[in-house]
Amino acid sequence: MLELDRINSFYGRAHILHDLSLSVAEGEVVALLGRNGAGKSTTMKSIMRLVAAKSGKISYAGRDITALPPHNIAKLGVGYVPEERRIFTDLTILENLEVGRQTPRAGAPEWTPGKLFKLFPNLEERRNNLGGAMSGGEQQMLTIARTLMGNPKFVLLDEPSEGLAPVIVEQVAFTIRELKKLGLTILLSEQNLHFAKLVADRAYIIERGSVQYDGTIEELENNEEVRNAYLSV
Amino acid sequence: MDFFVVQILTGLANAAALFLVASGLSIIFGVTRVVNFSHGSFYMLGAYIAYSLMTVLPGFIGFWASILLTGVAVGLIGLIVELGVLRPIYKSPELFQLVATFGVILVIQDLTLLIWGPDDLIGKRSPGFEGVVKIGDQLLPAYDLVLIFLSFLVLGGLWYLFNKTRAGILVRAATQDREMVGALGVNQSWLFSGVFFLGSALAGIGGAAQLPKGGADLLMDFNILAPVFVVVVIGGMGSIPGAFVAALIISELNVFGVQLLPQSTLVLMFVVMAVVLIFRPWGLFGRPEIVGSHGSQGPPEAPLRAFSGRLWLVLAACALALAVVPLFGGNFLQVLLADVIIACLFATSLHFILGLGGLVSFGHAATFGGGAYAAALMVQYAETPMELALLLAPLAAGLLALVIGWFCVRLSGVYFAMLTLAFAQVVWSIAFQWSEVTGGDDGILGIWPSAWASSTTAYYYLVLALGIGGITTLLFMAYTPFGYALRGSRDSALRSEAIGINVRLVQWSAFIFAGMMSGLSGALFVFAKGSIFPTELEIARSFDALIIVFLGGVQSLFGPLAGGVVFTLLQDWLSRFEYWRLCLGLMIIAIVILLPNGLVGVGHWVRGRFGRNADPLSDAEEEAA
Ligand SMILES: Nc1ncnc2c1ncn2[C@@H]1O[C@H](COP(=O)(O)OP(=O)(O)O)[C@@H](O)[C@H]1O
Ligand SMILES: [Mg+2]
Repeated sequence: MLELDRINSFYGRAHILHDLSLSVAEGEVVALLGRNGAGKSTTMKSIMRLVAAKSGKISYAGRDITALPPHNIAKLGVGYVPEERRIFTDLTILENLEVGRQTPRAGAPEWTPGKLFKLFPNLEERRNNLGGAMSGGEQQMLTIARTLMGNPKFVLLDEPSEGLAPVIVEQVAFTIRELKKLGLTILLSEQNLHFAKLVADRAYIIERGSVQYDGTIEELENNEEVRNAYLSV
Repeated sequence: MDFFVVQILTGLANAAALFLVASGLSIIFGVTRVVNFSHGSFYMLGAYIAYSLMTVLPGFIGFWASILLTGVAVGLIGLIVELGVLRPIYKSPELFQLVATFGVILVIQDLTLLIWGPDDLIGKRSPGFEGVVKIGDQLLPAYDLVLIFLSFLVLGGLWYLFNKTRAGILVRAATQDREMVGALGVNQSWLFSGVFFLGSALAGIGGAAQLPKGGADLLMDFNILAPVFVVVVIGGMGSIPGAFVAALIISELNVFGVQLLPQSTLVLMFVVMAVVLIFRPWGLFGRPEIVGSHGSQGPPEAPLRAFSGRLWLVLAACALALAVVPLFGGNFLQVLLADVIIACLFATSLHFILGLGGLVSFGHAATFGGGAYAAALMVQYAETPMELALLLAPLAAGLLALVIGWFCVRLSGVYFAMLTLAFAQVVWSIAFQWSEVTGGDDGILGIWPSAWASSTTAYYYLVLALGIGGITTLLFMAYTPFGYALRGSRDSALRSEAIGINVRLVQWSAFIFAGMMSGLSGALFVFAKGSIFPTELEIARSFDALIIVFLGGVQSLFGPLAGGVVFTLLQDWLSRFEYWRLCLGLMIIAIVILLPNGLVGVGHWVRGRFGRNADPLSDAEEEAA
């Protein structure tokens, strides 16, 4: 469904991604693992073209999206949940959801604020509060909910468990499994295996901007050598 | 009591146009992060277009239909400016956008002159509201009540738009994080165009609505800019309630100020702004701008070339060439070259704070005109000899820069630009309004050099000596520890503080030093011309320096010299045509879009292509790509 073919990305003059290739099949949950600074977020941003890949090809659902602007990529059904969450702090929760709203898309679940409040009950009672007045966990829920309002078929989740309390992490994992059941395809990034093994089918490990390992989660769990070499504990 | 009520209502009515223009400016800035300096021109166009529409559309309905149609028309003009001028340069540094909108000002000025002619137009009264209302024993024009109603209507309308409609919510979201809005599937181009339409339409309606009170004239564009910037600075950039409250404060202050101290209104405006800035540097409803948060920062700058002998050799050769000009060149050439040198000194002093310090001043004329007026006043009232005046004028300009700089260096980026412009307008209005001392519009005449320097050639040599001296001092300063500290403060205030540089003090000192040098150029100017008028303090004069720096290339130390030569000669040539502003404006816009590195940048590019002495940064970038 998504394919990255030898992409190279830069921040200014700093070469971050080196011939990075990966692919995600429809209905899969794939984890992008790697230490802090490995290039996970840059990969996600390159897919959304928030960072323009200087070479290589990115295709989604059989289409070349390498040169499309971010809003067109989103319009094709790719949802992006940024690591920094980027809640609109001056907007209420309902208004945040409104910003993410797009017209229904064939072949993707259709979301409304009402349906999302069933998935994230904490948000409902605070619907008219400002985004800036929420806890970290609530902000993570909101940023996922906001992206779902775009009725995506494919979701990029950048470190969804980062900085969250264990019970919230559990809730995020539950949400991801629910989304998978609904047929969504997901690429998520993480620094370690704990969270990934709760939700993912397959994993890529990246280090210094290129893929070092790929395999199923079970294979990775049994491969202590690779884990010690590339992941934090 | 009735008196007070009427005064307050008058203030409210005066606030209407100010609020409309300022809120439009704020909305545009919020999303696009562009301070549209041509916003005053949209206001002016609003008045003219409404005037024409009202002559065709009669009666009560015609009047209001005209105002509405004017809004649409000016909105569309704003849209053209957005698509044609700004869209290609959204990713360029702030200065480019500011300079481009100045080009738009020039174009609109001449087009307005072309279409409506030079005479002031008097607006028709609003049908149905021609009379006055009696409040107790006081009279109030009925139309004032209409204006008050209109501003509340617009305030309410904007509130509804931004809180109850999807478009408004998207605009608010984009004001905070427009990249994220794009990643959520919203086409930002539409948002940009939308806010430009809306903001311009508001300015147009502002101009149209004040027509029955103030008419239409060709100075409206610049005249509204200073109060609008003051309003935006007081209210906080991007805040509509802020624009409303600040417009009210300023207008009430004017109304009551006129009663108490008729000539103090501008000073009062200034005092209020100063007080607000001391306690809330980001305005009443604003919030701090995070540096670089809107991503329009230019690429990192290449280190300054070493203190290379060759460049100084070139400079010395130029000076020598200039020194022998009188041997063969006539008076005309010497006068022209003196103008060039004065312009170069003026621009180099701006480049000192702008290029090295990253402080984009839009009010550099304040110290130029300040120095010129100081010299003229000294000669006029104290019979000061020219030599002493040339010495004291830079000090006076430095003093002025000390005061202005104290407020301005607290801010950065567009706030700094707006504030310097507002201060320069205050200085201008003092020269303009205080006619007992400054002669007002008639200026000060008969300021000639001392006998020994009174021949064209002698004065030319004087200008050459002092001009080159000033320029060399400014260039030299770039390589002193002070110059390094200044550049450090520009590149990273935080890191500079960390290594013990007092950023504000460095910037303030630079501002004062640049002010002194600009004052020197002003003093040289006044003795060259023999007279001084408030025009030398106008916004257009500040822009001259900006355009020169821009033409030469901001990143080049010698850019202002190249720019000064080209600009002065160009202006000398262009000003023979009737519509030279139009040509100049179009040229500026073209240069901004086509030559982002200025004239010196073209030189680098040529050398990079065809010679070995290429710019190290662009090489590295090409390697990276
Ligand atoms: N905006 C940026 N500008 C310059 N360098 C950056 C920027 N963001 C990230 N980097 C650098 O790019 C590399 C990869 O970063 P990132 O993709 O955020 O890693 P991860 O998400 O795996 O922690 C790091 O070395 C980081 O320092
Ligand atoms: Mg990351």
